[in-house]
Amino acid sequence: MDRVDAPVATGPGGDRMSAPEPKLVCRGVWKVFGHRGDETLRAMGPDPSGDTLSAAGLVPAVRNVDIEVGEGEIFVIMGLSGSGKSTLVRCLSRLIEPTAGEILFQGRNLLAASDSEMIELRRHAMGMVFQHFALLPHMTVADNVAFPLEVQGVSRAERSERAARMIELVGLAGRETAFPRELSGGQQQRVGIARSLAADPELWFLDEPFSALDPLIRREMQDEFMRLQSVLKKTIVFITHDFDEAIRLADRIAIMKSGAIEQVGSPEDIVLNPATSYVREFTGAVSRSKVVKVTRLMGPANGGSPVKTVQENASIADAAPLFNDGTDCVAVTDAQGRVTGHLARPAVIDMMLQG
Amino acid sequence: MTGTVASRPVGPVPAIATSLRLWIPAGLVFVVLWLWGRDVLPWAFDYPRSWVPPVRDWISDAMKWLMNDASLGLFTFREMTRAIAAVIDVPYQIALGLLSGGATVLGVLVSPIGWVGVTAVMGLLGHFAGGWRLAALTSACFGFIAIFGQWTSAMVTLASVLIAVPLGILFGLFLGLAGYRWRGVGRALIPILDLMQTIPVFAYLVPILILFGFGPTSAVIATLIYAMPPMTRITMLALRRVPSDLQDLGHMVGCTPRQMTWRVMIPSAKESLMVGVNQVIMLSLNMVIIASMIGAGGLGFDVLSALRRLDFGAGVEAGFAIVALAIALDRLSQAFADRAQVPLHVHGGFIARHPYLFGGLLTLILSALIGLAYPAVQSYPEAWQISTGTFWSDLVRYININYFDALESVKNFMLLNLLIPFKRLLIGLPWVGVAGLLALSGWCLGGVRLGLLTGGLTVLIASTGLWEEAMITVYLCGLSVVIAMLIGLPIGIAVAMQDSLWRGVRLVIDTMQTLPSFVYLMPAVMLFRVGDFTAMIAVVAYALAPAIRYTVLGLRSVDPSLIEAGRAMGCTPFQILTRIRLKLALPEIMLGLNQTIMFALSMLVITALVGTRDLGQEVYIALTKADPGRGLVAGLCVAAIAIIADRLIQAGAHRSRVRLGLADERANGDS
Repeated sequence: MDRVDAPVATGPGGDRMSAPEPKLVCRGVWKVFGHRGDETLRAMGPDPSGDTLSAAGLVPAVRNVDIEVGEGEIFVIMGLSGSGKSTLVRCLSRLIEPTAGEILFQGRNLLAASDSEMIELRRHAMGMVFQHFALLPHMTVADNVAFPLEVQGVSRAERSERAARMIELVGLAGRETAFPRELSGGQQQRVGIARSLAADPELWFLDEPFSALDPLIRREMQDEFMRLQSVLKKTIVFITHDFDEAIRLADRIAIMKSGAIEQVGSPEDIVLNPATSYVREFTGAVSRSKVVKVTRLMGPANGGSPVKTVQENASIADAAPLFNDGTDCVAVTDAQGRVTGHLARPAVIDMMLQG
Repeated sequence: MTGTVASRPVGPVPAIATSLRLWIPAGLVFVVLWLWGRDVLPWAFDYPRSWVPPVRDWISDAMKWLMNDASLGLFTFREMTRAIAAVIDVPYQIALGLLSGGATVLGVLVSPIGWVGVTAVMGLLGHFAGGWRLAALTSACFGFIAIFGQWTSAMVTLASVLIAVPLGILFGLFLGLAGYRWRGVGRALIPILDLMQTIPVFAYLVPILILFGFGPTSAVIATLIYAMPPMTRITMLALRRVPSDLQDLGHMVGCTPRQMTWRVMIPSAKESLMVGVNQVIMLSLNMVIIASMIGAGGLGFDVLSALRRLDFGAGVEAGFAIVALAIALDRLSQAFADRAQVPLHVHGGFIARHPYLFGGLLTLILSALIGLAYPAVQSYPEAWQISTGTFWSDLVRYININYFDALESVKNFMLLNLLIPFKRLLIGLPWVGVAGLLALSGWCLGGVRLGLLTGGLTVLIASTGLWEEAMITVYLCGLSVVIAMLIGLPIGIAVAMQDSLWRGVRLVIDTMQTLPSFVYLMPAVMLFRVGDFTAMIAVVAYALAPAIRYTVLGLRSVDPSLIEAGRAMGCTPFQILTRIRLKLALPEIMLGLNQTIMFALSMLVITALVGTRDLGQEVYIALTKADPGRGLVAGLCVAAIAIIADRLIQAGAHRSRVRLGLADERANGDS
């Protein structure tokens, strides 16, 4: 199994997630379907191959997955249909019982939690958005958003107040009394998002939240999602089958194939250093200049003081127009406006020519 | 991703080629046995009396023991059943008292609401559920009942329905929930539900009578047995169909199991569950009519006694009242199912939040007060009643005088050339051969287990000593089904493609299906008097609706892109119909055939009243003689016939679906 585990912080581009506290850790997680999967799997030793498993009549959906999700990080799990990504995210929330492995949430093993402890955890610490929205058809928008609170037994006044706040947050104010069937797909998913946030969870699961939407709406919702996250700073596990979406949104991406993780890394890492030929198939079509950050190509800040500046989280493609008028060098600044390096024209031209 | 575990069909299903090689010798053996075997193997034709286990005596003895000796420690079994009956009797007496008056509950005389009050409340309900049009329909139906002088009987029937329906919904829902939550319970429930739905109602009337006593409460209990299974089935099905996303959602927001059931699952399945509620209502009405034989009284009793007196006028009038009641209840419950949700946040006082409840109470109080001053508001004055009884009697007399010969010759022609020869043929078949052929069909269509089931059930029927009665049942049912299909298929094909036409036809068959089976007997008896032919006409009329409905549904559900492809290739409309539509609609049409058979069988038992000589008659005789063993044994034979037909057709439909690529090889039917 050729798998490359990138360390949590890699290279100069990893500044954004410098040594975050791992919020959710997943070690050696397996999910196999079939009769007596757990016993058979244990008997097969540490890492049985797919053939051994199917010979025993078992279907592995998740195979020996190790991931760590840092606090406040957007961790995207990307894979095509059948790659096991939805099963994996359901294992993380224990909607599906993993066959083997360990899932630590804030250092506590979820698999050892009792049913009532799980109910408590899900009520207060986890939120989930579903691909097909999963709105309750008999409830209004307001009631749907307030549903997690209703289940918890929150008083009517408080839950309608909190629901109204969430509806406002996702931009649906005024539609509180509508029923799900009266809303467009994008609006329905906004309700789904508002509902998943109603109980103010720390851990936010999004299972292909935008896959059922039209491309234009999807783009809009991705922007909306980034806006929300800049305010909320949740720890996020985001599932998608769309590589462009993963590149756009992720702090780090895990690419899955046949139930196993092929590569974990920042979008830059993955595009620049695809670990396997499977990953390369996705990265081939991606324009590097849009992924690579200016920090990766900048040199030390010495000599001269460039007139123009660019933020350090900008991509090369963002910075390129600054060189249009023949400028040779642009200063790179951090969020506080301090100069951290200089970006030279030749490096930018090289990268742009690579496509 | 989930559970793609390889699961093979139960037992190997032989390929078409091998099955041909099987069928030819099997057919030969059968013909030889049939033509020349009578002298060599007489037992293969007439099941020897001495081989018949005395099951009916065992059942009767068991009943006797239950009633006389069985004890549950502190109290006897009889005390328990009678206590249940007494508990159900209280709400029944209240409902009866409110609707038709004269009942004393726990020493208090309940005064009736009166016809104006009931009609107005029904109108209000109609408006609440479906607007002014439904309000007009429901109040018209009840006004009709009052005007034609059927009020008291209709209210007795309605009281039984009002008690049976909530109980049926409740029990059905809880059984369905249990079957959904525990797979084992679900699997055990299926055959029990099959039996509850296929054993003719007459067969369990006697045991219920013995256990619960003669009277309306026994009728309510019989109604429960009859009307509950669809609710249970629909509950299990609807809960299984709730999208898994919604279940995940429930878990993710931290629902407890109870919250999961009542806040997520049941509300999400509400639409399908309401179909079940509608079914319970309609089946309850149907059964309450039949159950008038064990003392429920009401409209069914009126029809029955009119049939016995051959007083067609009275029978038709009571029949129309049943129709009016059925239509009102059906449309009301359907409208409740379809009713759009209204926003829940209505502010204001009690009256503003519950306008209909308030209006209903007001109506009741007003009509009661006015009723005190003007009795005409309380009970519909006899002087205002219109009786069409003499008109109908005259009409029948007129038809019988002027068209007697024509009707008689049709009847005799059919009897001599079709019914009697077919009947003789079936009775003459050796039971051993029939069992063998059915087992072979079962094996070819669905594997070893189905073969064993069909063959075994056939032998079981023979072993009750009721082979001849069973064959008469098969002959009447078979002919009726063939005729119903011959009428239904062309009608279905003709109307399937024209929306406006189909809407009209659907209204007609929807209404036909809401009519209690009893109603179909009246016109048939009026025109053809008693006998097999009359029974067949009634059965055909009753079983026609599913034959048309499933044909149309099948034809309309064919993927439109395939039709487009056919048109693009230059198919004529006739080619599109025969080569594409009918071919792909075949599985659906087969299910229609299945339903037609089930409808025919349930009607056939009721036609025992017009003097057939089949299993239905056996059940009916047992009913009149209060012989639980005899009735149940014959009833089980009917159930066996129904199950054999059902399983064979389901397997055939599944096979053709697999062949057409519409279903998975693995999912082996729903049976």
